[in-house]
Amino acid sequence: MTSDHVDGVIGDAPVTAALTGDPELARLVAKTDEGSQELAPADATSRVKLAIEQGGVLRVPESNALDPDAADATFGAGETMILNVGPQHPSTHGVLRMMVELQGETILRSKPVIGYLHTGMEKMGEELTYVQGATNVTRMDYLSPLHNELVFSLAVEKLLGVDIPPRATWIRMLMCELNRISSHVMWTASNGLDLASTTMMIFGLRERDLVLTFFEKVTGLRMNHNYIRPGGVAADLPDGWEDDVEAIVDTVGARLTDYDNLLTGQPIFRERTEGVGVVPADLLIALSATGPLLRAAGVAWDLRRAMPYLAYDDVDFDVIVGSAGDCFDRYAVRLNEVRESIRIVRQILEKMPSGDYRAQDKKVTPPPRARIDESMEALIHHFKIFTRGIEPPEGEVYVAVESPRGELGCYLVSDGSNHPMRMHIRAPSFVNLQSVPALLRGGLIADMVAVLSSVDPVLGDVDR
Amino acid sequence: MAPGGSLAWQIPALGQILTADSAGDEVFFPTRAQYVEVATVLREAGFATCSDLCAVDYLTHLGRKLPDGVAPERFEVVVNLLSLAPARRVRLRVMVPEHDPVCPTLFFVYPGTENMEREAYDLMGIRFDGHPDPSRILMPQDWEGHPLRRDYGVGRVPVQFKGAPGPR
Repeated sequence: MTSDHVDGVIGDAPVTAALTGDPELARLVAKTDEGSQELAPADATSRVKLAIEQGGVLRVPESNALDPDAADATFGAGETMILNVGPQHPSTHGVLRMMVELQGETILRSKPVIGYLHTGMEKMGEELTYVQGATNVTRMDYLSPLHNELVFSLAVEKLLGVDIPPRATWIRMLMCELNRISSHVMWTASNGLDLASTTMMIFGLRERDLVLTFFEKVTGLRMNHNYIRPGGVAADLPDGWEDDVEAIVDTVGARLTDYDNLLTGQPIFRERTEGVGVVPADLLIALSATGPLLRAAGVAWDLRRAMPYLAYDDVDFDVIVGSAGDCFDRYAVRLNEVRESIRIVRQILEKMPSGDYRAQDKKVTPPPRARIDESMEALIHHFKIFTRGIEPPEGEVYVAVESPRGELGCYLVSDGSNHPMRMHIRAPSFVNLQSVPALLRGGLIADMVAVLSSVDPVLGDVDR
Repeated sequence: MAPGGSLAWQIPALGQILTADSAGDEVFFPTRAQYVEVATVLREAGFATCSDLCAVDYLTHLGRKLPDGVAPERFEVVVNLLSLAPARRVRLRVMVPEHDPVCPTLFFVYPGTENMEREAYDLMGIRFDGHPDPSRILMPQDWEGHPLRRDYGVGRVPVQFKGAPGPR
């Protein structure tokens, strides 16, 4: 085993070495080689690493998280093939690269190789002020931008210790639940496409568009909204928002029946998803998996219920859990979570309080536009907020929310200046991706697409 | 403080570890030698999941507030542990000195830290002793330096594409 811990020393390049016979091919491979980040031949892999790639953690008791001797180093002598899937592959949902070792059609071990979409957003977050920060984090998980903004704003507010008016809280909750609906129907669409149902893709995109159109009306943008900001939200809901929201939840709710008709009872879909990618719950907990992935395995863990934030303890909803923990359960959990989100949205429609949509704190939120014309102080506050920004007291906080993909956390360190000293996002897709080798173990190569899809990795969230 | 009172009172083995309250969260400050043992004790006490592990570089803010007895170091490894029932979080902050940025791995206690430790190594340059796969994870394999360090300038390196011809 080589170690590439020393800076500047590049790890071994197993693939390149195997191709030295052809200089042109070796040159091409070297251009894209990721060295020891890749899946190396089994005999050049340490036993622990081998166990991880085989999903070995799943076969040991919880008290003993990983037993390297459980790794099977003798499998498939001679007749195996390391296959590279992606990063340019339609079923990897972006630029995920999977390396799998196959024996015939059976997956022996696998390793996700990531980083192709890494844009240094955590570093960027340290350069931007707290006011600008939401524009940065919203671009991470592009299918649930509002949750990213929410977790960042909650972290900043926890540092500041400001209270948010009830209407702002409920608007945030409304937008986040609508975002959960749009994210889950988008997932259903892409999952359908991965399993060869183009109709499902069109259905899902159609419903997502309803929500995005509403987002555009409220925030001005269909994605990357910068709507939820420290101190509240950017603007009040537009007139007639109740009718729009009601139309959305009525339409989506009715069309979920179409989804059921198309997929839930369909023999081909069930054949491809039932019993595929099963992993016991205690393993997923050990691997830090959260969200629908964990709930499908039967663990009723939802931060909205377990550690309520916003006003989730004032609304009534069920935490959906599966029983078998296979791809079909993950599908069913997401589909029913859309129904629960619709239920929450209907309650928000009834209970939406009136009042301010952002905290009236001159150090945190800008003054109303009309005040700037008549008050010098308001102009100064406005200027200070957008040039200097917010200056929270020194400290460090960790805040987590339940995004459509699982626990989305934000660890924020303030040194008392106007920009974070460290902004770390705990990305659910990044962490859930660790379960993939365990989910794939022993499965067929054709099921890899179904399993990857069911984990729902968003690569913007994985690589940040 | 979380319901149920301080963990340091409930778990005698944690009595020696310095603790603090950070905006309502319970934080422990184990030394590098105590770190894995403390995590093991907490896992036995019901903290089944490690929800997050990240590294922080305090180069520009060495004089941060710390409880008495904790000597500030440049780096910190911050671990957020989660107990599902009862729902509760606890945070560990481990001081890691600049001259020896090594920390024992948590992989054998919480296998879910595998990717997180690789990320911390890749972006902050903290080596995790005993980690089974100590490679970079987000940056290209031949990248030099660790971008999230405070002395790693923004915009210092031009945008790079592997194998692309250099600027004219």
